[in-house]
Amino acid sequence: MRPWLLSLRLLQRDWRGGELYLLGAALVLTVAATVAVGLFADRIEQVLRRQGSELIAADLVLESSRPLPARFATEARVRGLESAEVIELRTVVMGERPQLVILKAADPGYPLRGTLRMRRTADAPEQGASVPSPGTVLADAYLLRVLGLEVGAALELGEGRFGIVGILTQEPDEGRNPFAFVPRVLMHRADLDATGLVGPASRASYRLLVAGEPHAVAAYRAWARESLNPNISLTEASNAQNELNSAFERAARFLRLTSLATLLVAGAAIALACQHLVNHQIEAMALMRCLGAPRHLLLWVLTARLLLFGLIASLIGCLVGWLGQMGLSALLAEWLKAELPSPSLKPLVIGIAVGLIALGGFGLPPLIQLARVPPLRALRGEIGTPRLPAAVSIGAAALTLTLLILWQAGDRGLGLRLLAGVGLGISALALGALALIGLVRPLVGSARGIWRLGLANLARRPALTVLQILGLGIGLLALLLLTLVRLDLIESWRMSLPEGTPNHFLLNIQPHEVEAVQALFQEIGIQTSGIHPMLGGRLIRINDRPLVPSAYPDTRARHLASREFNLSYALTPQSDNRIIAGHWWTDEQALPQFSVEQGIAEILGIRLGDTLSFWVSGHELSAPVTSLRSVRWDSFNVNFFVVASPSLLQEEAATFITSLYLPKGQEALVDTLVQRFPGILVIDVESILSQVRGLIERGAQAVELIFGFTLAAGLVLMVAGIQASLERRRADYAVLHALGAPQRRLLTALAVELTATGLLAGLLASGSAQAIAWFLAHAVFELKLRLDPAWWLMGVLGSGLATGLIGTLAVYPALVQPPARRLGATVG
Amino acid sequence: MIMSEQSVARAIDLTKHITGPGIDLTILNGLDLEVRAGEALAILGASGSGKSTLLGLLAGLDRPSSGEVWLCGQRLDALDEDERAVLRAGRVGFVFQNFQLLPTLTAYENVLLPLELTGSAAAEERAAEAIERVGLSARARHYPRQLSGGEQQRVAIARAYATSPQILFADEPTGNLDQATGQGIIELLFELRREQGTALVLVTHDFELAAHCDRRLRLNNGHLEPLG
Repeated sequence: MRPWLLSLRLLQRDWRGGELYLLGAALVLTVAATVAVGLFADRIEQVLRRQGSELIAADLVLESSRPLPARFATEARVRGLESAEVIELRTVVMGERPQLVILKAADPGYPLRGTLRMRRTADAPEQGASVPSPGTVLADAYLLRVLGLEVGAALELGEGRFGIVGILTQEPDEGRNPFAFVPRVLMHRADLDATGLVGPASRASYRLLVAGEPHAVAAYRAWARESLNPNISLTEASNAQNELNSAFERAARFLRLTSLATLLVAGAAIALACQHLVNHQIEAMALMRCLGAPRHLLLWVLTARLLLFGLIASLIGCLVGWLGQMGLSALLAEWLKAELPSPSLKPLVIGIAVGLIALGGFGLPPLIQLARVPPLRALRGEIGTPRLPAAVSIGAAALTLTLLILWQAGDRGLGLRLLAGVGLGISALALGALALIGLVRPLVGSARGIWRLGLANLARRPALTVLQILGLGIGLLALLLLTLVRLDLIESWRMSLPEGTPNHFLLNIQPHEVEAVQALFQEIGIQTSGIHPMLGGRLIRINDRPLVPSAYPDTRARHLASREFNLSYALTPQSDNRIIAGHWWTDEQALPQFSVEQGIAEILGIRLGDTLSFWVSGHELSAPVTSLRSVRWDSFNVNFFVVASPSLLQEEAATFITSLYLPKGQEALVDTLVQRFPGILVIDVESILSQVRGLIERGAQAVELIFGFTLAAGLVLMVAGIQASLERRRADYAVLHALGAPQRRLLTALAVELTATGLLAGLLASGSAQAIAWFLAHAVFELKLRLDPAWWLMGVLGSGLATGLIGTLAVYPALVQPPARRLGATVG
Repeated sequence: MIMSEQSVARAIDLTKHITGPGIDLTILNGLDLEVRAGEALAILGASGSGKSTLLGLLAGLDRPSSGEVWLCGQRLDALDEDERAVLRAGRVGFVFQNFQLLPTLTAYENVLLPLELTGSAAAEERAAEAIERVGLSARARHYPRQLSGGEQQRVAIARAYATSPQILFADEPTGNLDQATGQGIIELLFELRREQGTALVLVTHDFELAAHCDRRLRLNNGHLEPLG
């Protein structure tokens, strides 16, 4: 008979006989969870990326301070991509007084992603808009106010005159620099030449916006990267926005991590289920060898059977995963208020591959060992079976896990860190379990009755006990870890932009107006983030080294080095700043010194102790850097890259800036402010804020939903862990029952034993979870993590109760069987 | 060739030692035995006398410490485990004390298994015939757990004879059955043996059962002694 056919028949019979249910369930759920997570993550990432695209008004942007070579636009067209050119420059318009404006000239296709919005008049409702037709412009409300103009009036820009046809309220990519507090004007690209504002010496930013199908954009990006010169920078949707980027990155990382955790949990379930299967197949293998099946045939049959089974289960898993994510997408679509793009088929292929690799890695080594069962065992059941050296099993499982995690993490750094964490966690769990078994062994002799049996069971087969505790512990560990990190992550996202986050910035407050402005806020009960002095300064030297922007290889560094810094001085650091190196000054008389934000310090190569020289109001100011700070930019508080001690800057001429939260309905305050202090510039960042908030909510919901799959996998693992020991327990308890032990006593002893196992696994898992969560939060997510003792308690008690309850329920039917039925094989 | 034309199994100067931590046991000590084709041979002995060990060695399931074993014309110590398995396939049948039916297979499938493993022609018909021959056609689709001990042993007998083996090894085939059921099993075992002309090596401690055999030997202190 052909081995394949025999494998198929045996597989069919094994399935019917119930041997494969457990492994099948573990495998189907593994693949289902991986696929659902994969498909989900795929779709959510697409939504998030699209959201990121809206923030740059495209999928990809090329930017230069000089006109971009035509080949970039041509290539985009050739590749079937949409493109639009945008030129942005600063210019002065003349009104009652000269006013600096940002003029944006865009092709009619702009924006390729996101929406442009306007009002027809100051009182009209907001509506969608497109690039104004040639000869007309859209201007924002602030410009109209300071120039004293209305819709319908003419605006002089350079040598041209343009009719104002509406009030510009939203440009999707305006948020690229929320601190560019300059009024804005949008015009048709074709009108730009008529202004005569663009010449060889003008400082303009030329952008080419590109959008289209993801694979075409990716191909274009690869092509463009080859052709970039140092003057051209490339921005992608995924790294479009500094403030949003961190939120997006964390969401993407967490989704990937959740999917990896599912894999880990389900892998452990497969390992346990395979072990269970192997234990059940020993007799069959011995008999088949007795009946004349050579080892190579059995090996063939076992491998082919595993492969067939893996393939079938993986396909079912794919189907379940697909259905699962469809159902959840239906739910999500409403919450997301966005249509989800269709997922790619890649997660299905990955799901099947993950299923087969996991099954092969965790299950094949012990199954292969089955082919070596001696035929004599059929005759003499007491003969042991050849066991694979533990190192081989563990090595194969570890190798499988390493491969899968590194492959699925997509980011080698994250994968390696996760592996290290998992490795440490598993080692800690294994050592802890071994230590406990060591503690139990001396107790076996002194315990009595059922307790003795239970304890002996633990101590007699330490490898199996460790495996069970490990399986249970890994599941718990992953669940606790995800719960901890997830709660903390979501909480910290929400906390980063709570209700009451500043939605307005007030600039250009003169020193003599500070007191009056503060008094006004106090009068109407508005809280601000504090009024901070602000003055411009150009960094000219770091130590004795003159700052040469072009010397930096990185475009961002060049950009930062060439622009003017907003400097401030303060007695205490902002509430959302954290000193990560050095010390903040202690009092107003402290010697002149600087505190620098760590990100910019890194980009510009500024170290603690370096002396910085700024050119401020026509003279040079130097002081050492005595501290480095981390800043939560997404807090929307007023923050500065460089803050000085008061003694250095308080004599310099400065204006003041503040941010405040205006609740809905109190917008009239802006008018009051503008009337009382006409020089103050009010910037409304509510629209940017709501964009960021929407993104955070979507990320959090996606994470919570995907977490559900990991939870399901964890439950399967728990059942698999308990099932692995069922046969042994059943036999033991049948004997005890036959000897007269009442069911209630057996049940109690069983519940106590299982609960104790669960408690132990819970204790070990909670400890490891806290340690790894702390590491992840610091090293991967850059979040603060609160170590909450309540989680210890919940992990330990929850594990004990769940294991005790589920295990007892699973074993109870065996206990209530008449003992003769269990012992039937031997009493005939 | 040392084996005579008629012998299907033979042991020459067969010795089996078991050594281990604190254990040094000689189970079989220079034993000689010949099983002739179609002969029914009973090996009697007290529990622990080494009967099952001898059976395992004769069937090629285990290796002797020294001496020779011949089975179906082949000297076993020249063969490796897989070659011995191939030698057994279809030529050797087994009936075990604890039946050794695979719990996930039906009665019919248990009987079919050795035929499938040997790639026999018309395996399904032969399995169905074998099941019918032991009177269990009505229960062919039942799983072992749904059958009584006697019925399970009948299935095991059907499985043993399904491949028409040259020799059948039976290890306490009635050991797990009550007397009446055991009697029925013995009758069936010997009936089939007569029909197929199969040699039978029956290991038992039951004299009544042994009385059905052509020849009886007692295993004592590692040696075989003829019994009347």
